[in-house]
Amino acid sequence: TALISSSPRRRVESWFRPRRGMQTVTLIPGDGIGPEISTAVMKIFEAAKAPIQWEEKNVTAIKGPGGKWIIPPEAKESMDKNKIGLKGPLKTPIAAGHPSMNLLLRKTFDLYANVRPCMSIEGYKTPYTDVDLVTIRENTEGEYSGIEHTIVDGVVQSIKLITEDASRKIAEYAFEYAKNNQRASVTAVHKANIMRMSDGLFLRKCRQVAENYRDIKFTEMYLDTVCLNMVQDPTQFDVLVMPNLYGDILSDLCAGLIGGLGVTPSGNIGANNVAIFESVHGTAPDIAGLDLANPTALLLSAVMMLRHMGMHDYSKKIETACFNTIRDKKVLTGDLGGKSKCSEFTAEICQRVRDMD
Amino acid sequence: RDIVLLWPPPAKYGGRHTVTLIPGDGIGPELLNHVRELFRFSCVPVDFEVVNVCSSTEDDINNAITAIRRNGVALKGNIETLHTLPASHKSRNNLLRTSLDLYANVMHCKSLPGVQTRHNNIDIMIIRENTEGEYSSLEHESVTGVVECLKIITRTNSLRIAEYAFKLAREKGRKRVTAVHKANIMKLGDGLFLQCCREVAAGYPDIAFDAMIVDNTTMQLVSKPQQFDVMVMPNLYGNVVSNVCAGLVGGPGLVPGANYGHDYAVFETATRNTGKSIADRNIANPTAMLLASCMMLDHLKLYDYATMIRNAVLTTMNETRVRLNSPRRCSPHTFHN
Repeated sequence: TALISSSPRRRVESWFRPRRGMQTVTLIPGDGIGPEISTAVMKIFEAAKAPIQWEEKNVTAIKGPGGKWIIPPEAKESMDKNKIGLKGPLKTPIAAGHPSMNLLLRKTFDLYANVRPCMSIEGYKTPYTDVDLVTIRENTEGEYSGIEHTIVDGVVQSIKLITEDASRKIAEYAFEYAKNNQRASVTAVHKANIMRMSDGLFLRKCRQVAENYRDIKFTEMYLDTVCLNMVQDPTQFDVLVMPNLYGDILSDLCAGLIGGLGVTPSGNIGANNVAIFESVHGTAPDIAGLDLANPTALLLSAVMMLRHMGMHDYSKKIETACFNTIRDKKVLTGDLGGKSKCSEFTAEICQRVRDMD
Repeated sequence: RDIVLLWPPPAKYGGRHTVTLIPGDGIGPELLNHVRELFRFSCVPVDFEVVNVCSSTEDDINNAITAIRRNGVALKGNIETLHTLPASHKSRNNLLRTSLDLYANVMHCKSLPGVQTRHNNIDIMIIRENTEGEYSSLEHESVTGVVECLKIITRTNSLRIAEYAFKLAREKGRKRVTAVHKANIMKLGDGLFLQCCREVAAGYPDIAFDAMIVDNTTMQLVSKPQQFDVMVMPNLYGNVVSNVCAGLVGGPGLVPGANYGHDYAVFETATRNTGKSIADRNIANPTAMLLASCMMLDHLKLYDYATMIRNAVLTTMNETRVRLNSPRRCSPHTFHN
């Protein structure tokens, strides 16, 4: 079947090239509990003998030439060279004058896709069991373009921007992800009954891309129907792809289903094959430095990173060790319902990893 | 006009009220038939003026709007919007809401005894701005391949909905109102909404007011929904939150919704589903529409009939111990008067 678009077929970026040998990864520990959970992850990777070399960089915003806020040049160079990054939580001080660090990183590396796999963790009970879905959210435009005006006093308009290019890119990524991770279906989430042109464009692009992936089932569903069905039966969903705002709401909804931001991994895919994996929880300044933090979110993001790099054995090993530790409930951090310290939790996972060899 | 909750009673002729009935598409017609049957059986003094809206021309929806202006009250099913049609064809439901200025959508989510859900003891009132926000239907393609969609927030409407929320909270004896927003990203738009809510809250010192960002709200709703009391929010977040809450208490077939304006009121199911896939198979759950008709009877000040029908519906649900995911035959209902 011929493609409907008139532009020449673009080569789909090969995000999922397996890599061999020692890989260098940029590590951004972050603020608050960031450094301790990063150390935990490094220890576990060492125990698993994963071929990863860490390059630690700091990303506090500095004023670049022309007065624009940028991240330090060494950090940018490191990311451009390594292409893969792991990031802990970053704080945005109020009245610092610069935009949020996450926004800065997103703009610097054009991180257009935010991927959150949500899988129920056996051993961490929530009212929802057997959740196994992935939300893929367009990260650059949509409702978060930041374009707002006061038309007259008391009337404000916010502009939601949907472009053909961004919609096509995110749809392509979603289908590639589904193909590479053996997922059966992709669902586009939209509100085209109300926002006919904008979400209509997004949907059209998704449909066009779906033509090239015949073995993956493509469905479309209204945002409200997805929300309604998600809280009643989340097992019916597989991969969800959507514009920015819906993605924000739905990805946090799904995180809530499996237990919150403390156990949810997340990855951001950018142009030029750059990928930054991160934990999405806050910096938790009240427990920083007290060895009480839960490194699960960052650890699962690191596992996602290994999978992205094609190192499936190591990712399976570390993930299984982590889940088994949580399932056995003997050594758990405070937020998971236990009384152990972060270092004890980490040591337990390291021991399990070593035992697997 | 300082009104909100005191409407003049709608037109009454010969002791009977006339209410506009819009069957809509999908499961709408069959559910509304059940309502009519039940009203006839219970001798409710309400006559229905049926106005059909088929989704092709504007005339039908204009007739419906005129009928509602005439009668003041309506009961409706959802009218399907085929989103494959061009943008000039606006959503009929949206057109109805904006023409009649039904600015407040009110939904009361309460855990029903006899319905098995993952969370218990939920009792949330959701008040959603119904006319502006993301549903302004103002879109244009400035450059090929780039579409802009405008979200409009106005001071007048935000103040109006906040006033409504607080007045309703006070009337129902509620303790806390939570505003749901995304003002950290949409600083001007949602910032204005939040500011209006704060201004109104200052006039109600007996009711606590707080604000929560929408993504955190959905996360809290699926883990601890009991913490919420009354929630007020703009249009799109209202859509998301009301559907999440409807799912939490047992699904779209159980929750009624009401749209109120200064002069008119339209009642429907809260989640506004067309339900094409289950239409005409006698498996749709009529509870939501029946409870919506009870809300309508309350609005018409026919409180006795409303209570009678409401009790009958809830008792039936409790006694037959409905399992929500099993198909359920609509028609047989036994009533104890």
